[in-house]
Amino acid sequence: MWFAVLAGAAGCYALKYVGSAIPGHVLEKPTVKQVVLLLPIALLCALVAVQTFATNQTLVIDARVPALAVATVALRFRAPFIVVVLIAAATAGGLRYFGLAS
Amino acid sequence: MESTGTNWLTVRKEIIGNALSIGVAVAMYGVSFGALGTTTGLTIPQTMALSLLMFTGASQFTLVSTLASGGTALTAVIASWLMGTRNAAYSMRMTPILKTSGVGRLVAVQLTIDESTAMGLAQDETAYEGRASRLAFWATGLSVYVLWNLATFIGAVSVSAIGDPKTFGLDAAIAAGLFALVWPQIKSRIEIAVALGGALIALSLTPFVSPGIPVLAAALVAVIIGWTTGRRFL
Repeated sequence: MWFAVLAGAAGCYALKYVGSAIPGHVLEKPTVKQVVLLLPIALLCALVAVQTFATNQTLVIDARVPALAVATVALRFRAPFIVVVLIAAATAGGLRYFGLAS
Repeated sequence: MESTGTNWLTVRKEIIGNALSIGVAVAMYGVSFGALGTTTGLTIPQTMALSLLMFTGASQFTLVSTLASGGTALTAVIASWLMGTRNAAYSMRMTPILKTSGVGRLVAVQLTIDESTAMGLAQDETAYEGRASRLAFWATGLSVYVLWNLATFIGAVSVSAIGDPKTFGLDAAIAAGLFALVWPQIKSRIEIAVALGGALIALSLTPFVSPGIPVLAAALVAVIIGWTTGRRFL
């Protein structure tokens, strides 16, 4: 685990540093700019999907799915971050407590 | 000169106030990150090391949740790097404004994240000989750094006391937290396509490849769509 923590941190610092050291025009290319802008969206949405529907290598529908649906509604109504997170936790925890979902 | 001085004091106060409130808002994420770190098997020192050394929220969440879903250390590390690429663009934008060198540059680089860059760029670059931009960047960076780490610690310590995280729906909270993180970034049709494409690729690969790889594969969607659509604006 320390390998992941330290290698991850070193790479992320290097990326921040590289930006301060390279000539400006490299990242000014529209294609590169667009890819950099879209990368976090693709990765985070993939993480959300996996975190909601997957248990290791199996796709499952459990208490996380309704919890994410409720969180999506909260986001649509511009609820603050902490509310979205708590509402999702309460939904999944509640469904499990009453034995309505695994 | 007299009036500029008085104005500067007002501007300075406002910038520092904004920097502190951003720090407090970010602390909410910090608590969740700390909690996530320790529920997914990292020790408290490892969770803290991520906030202190990596210090870029999206990469930290990515690394930890890739490990949590069973991904190898290597896939988790690569995913966190991909997530950190935008910081390179940020420090490139900020460096000429900050006019740092030596140790100052090394510290500024570490503080270069979404919030500090956004605040730095929100100021008029020419105002007060650039002092407004620089103060906004430094005040926000430092405020977020201190509060993010404090919040991580609180989250990490308080959750290690809880037993099975599923009982409290913490697994669902992680998904919801990540979704809340990406939600404001999805506006245009291209962004929606990337969001859906990334999610679909990840899910369709999940049964066939080892955990962690599906999320990395989703990066391809961003590269392909980014490359083709970015060209159109040349």
